[in-house]
Amino acid sequence: MSSLNSTIFKLAGLALLACVPLTGESFYVELAAKTLVLAIFAMSLDLLVGFTGLVSFGHAAYFGVAAYSVALLSPKYEAASLWYVLPASVGLSALAALVVGLFVLRTKGIYFIMVTLAFAQLAFFVFHDTPLGGGSDGIYLNVKPTAAIAGWVPFDLDNATHLYYFILGALVVVYAFLARILQSPFGRVLVGIKSNEHRMQSMGYLTFRYKLAAFALAGGLGGVAGFLYAVVFGFVTPELLSWHQSGNVLLMVILGGMGNLVGAIAGAFVFTGMQEVFGNWTKHWQLVMGCVIVAAVLFMPGGLSAVPGRIKRALQGGGSNE
Amino acid sequence: MSEIINPGLAATVGTPAAAGEILLVAERITRRFGGLVANQDVCVTLPRGKVHVLLGPNGAGKSTCINMLSGDLPPSEGTIHFMGKDITGLSAAQRSQVGIGRSYQRTNIFPKFTVLENVRLAAQSRRQQPWRIFSRAMKQQWALDKARACIEEAGLGAKVDWIAGVLSHGEQRQLEIAMVLATDAQVMLLDEPLAGMGSDESARMVEVLKRLKPSRAILLVEHDMDAVFAVADTITVMVNGQVLESGPPAQIKASVAVQQAYLGQEDSFHV
Repeated sequence: MSSLNSTIFKLAGLALLACVPLTGESFYVELAAKTLVLAIFAMSLDLLVGFTGLVSFGHAAYFGVAAYSVALLSPKYEAASLWYVLPASVGLSALAALVVGLFVLRTKGIYFIMVTLAFAQLAFFVFHDTPLGGGSDGIYLNVKPTAAIAGWVPFDLDNATHLYYFILGALVVVYAFLARILQSPFGRVLVGIKSNEHRMQSMGYLTFRYKLAAFALAGGLGGVAGFLYAVVFGFVTPELLSWHQSGNVLLMVILGGMGNLVGAIAGAFVFTGMQEVFGNWTKHWQLVMGCVIVAAVLFMPGGLSAVPGRIKRALQGGGSNE
Repeated sequence: MSEIINPGLAATVGTPAAAGEILLVAERITRRFGGLVANQDVCVTLPRGKVHVLLGPNGAGKSTCINMLSGDLPPSEGTIHFMGKDITGLSAAQRSQVGIGRSYQRTNIFPKFTVLENVRLAAQSRRQQPWRIFSRAMKQQWALDKARACIEEAGLGAKVDWIAGVLSHGEQRQLEIAMVLATDAQVMLLDEPLAGMGSDESARMVEVLKRLKPSRAILLVEHDMDAVFAVADTITVMVNGQVLESGPPAQIKASVAVQQAYLGQEDSFHV
């Protein structure tokens, strides 16, 4: 896809998303909001999986840490300030990722997958089995954070439309942030590490530090998603940190096509869309969904983001390589 | 993170640095893999302005030796000094930062990146600034200029925008040299840079090596005898992980021990 086409495509997608609240159907607005949150989550994981070559199977831990932080940092019957609780929860999830990264990044390949999973399970049980997290029932966030600055309220997160646009804004900001970082010398090093880490080292890059920075950054951005999730649903449970959640977001990234931010967003939409459609259709929706995902991986290498290029090649007769 | 800022391209085109200055000294380096002794008490001295060739049949331990010098393998015993500083404990990345660059026997590049991006990444490694996450890599003119100059130097100027993976084998070897150049390496460790090259490509690479020689110290592992005798100032012959003989090319040519152990066996040539 040429860059002009791709920009038009992105703006059209954004306009479409911006129109969702106009339908006035609160069910669909909430579903779209949830999907946008998962799209942010998927983009944060794609920084690791698709751009740095680190397949983390425990990314839900940072999502959950931020979600629990919102619930724990908010007073029980009063609204916390958004401007305090958002940076705090994102900071805590980035910090958690930084600490975990120090350990897990010493491993590679399948061991990395297993060790990230192990740390995520550890975090799961911290919230599940200690008084801190309120057990398997989780914690209610009775009052959503307020955006008030010295008495002035720019928007109200209790208003579903405001909340939706706030999340859409967060998606745009996270996308722009990641797209920009990937063009920086730092981002180029991450992509180089994915391609050939050994060579990066022999050219003088201390790759561990770069990977650690990427891991903490991805944890923090996953935390943005976790924060938003807690605000949308008003409660947090240990399930947010479970390995199902880590697996789901990994599937979104794979479905969308690793190493493509728009692909990650598309992956989140297709994944939640399938959950809804198959869920309404049959009790055994997970079985159907599993088959679809296996088929997608087999017949759609490169994921959704590779589809436009394939269509283009097919239209051009498939013969030319240029 | 340590930073080494080099004055642009000066090092690439040959600074009037003190020729003969000893850059790298490896003393009695030994590497064991379990019971196997891959290198035993190997000594190598690399002065600026000289090409030192490592010769030896397959399995003689030449690559192990290079791996110890570059930091890819820690030596079991012995010490390595770079410009008087003990660097035995430094990792490959740290040695690259002090000025030791290497190429690999099996081509080791970023196959999906363009030629320019491969070399630009190498150039960027000299001034990493990882915290500047909002600057654009493609707007760092110094790195682009440097990369282009090194690509030109290695003879790949016509293929700057090609995807590295589709280049011919010989061109990929040239790309490796360009990447080493872009890191401003004072010591270049080149593991069979001519392997698999056609005669034109080899001849061009020999010219490149000659051009690079005055400002650097070069250690070359090579089987192509014409090339070896065209560029070598010193030759070290290794057999079974040990140094058999080391000296100027004429001495090696005349050595009975070398002839018996290596040059005499026609079938061990890789020409």
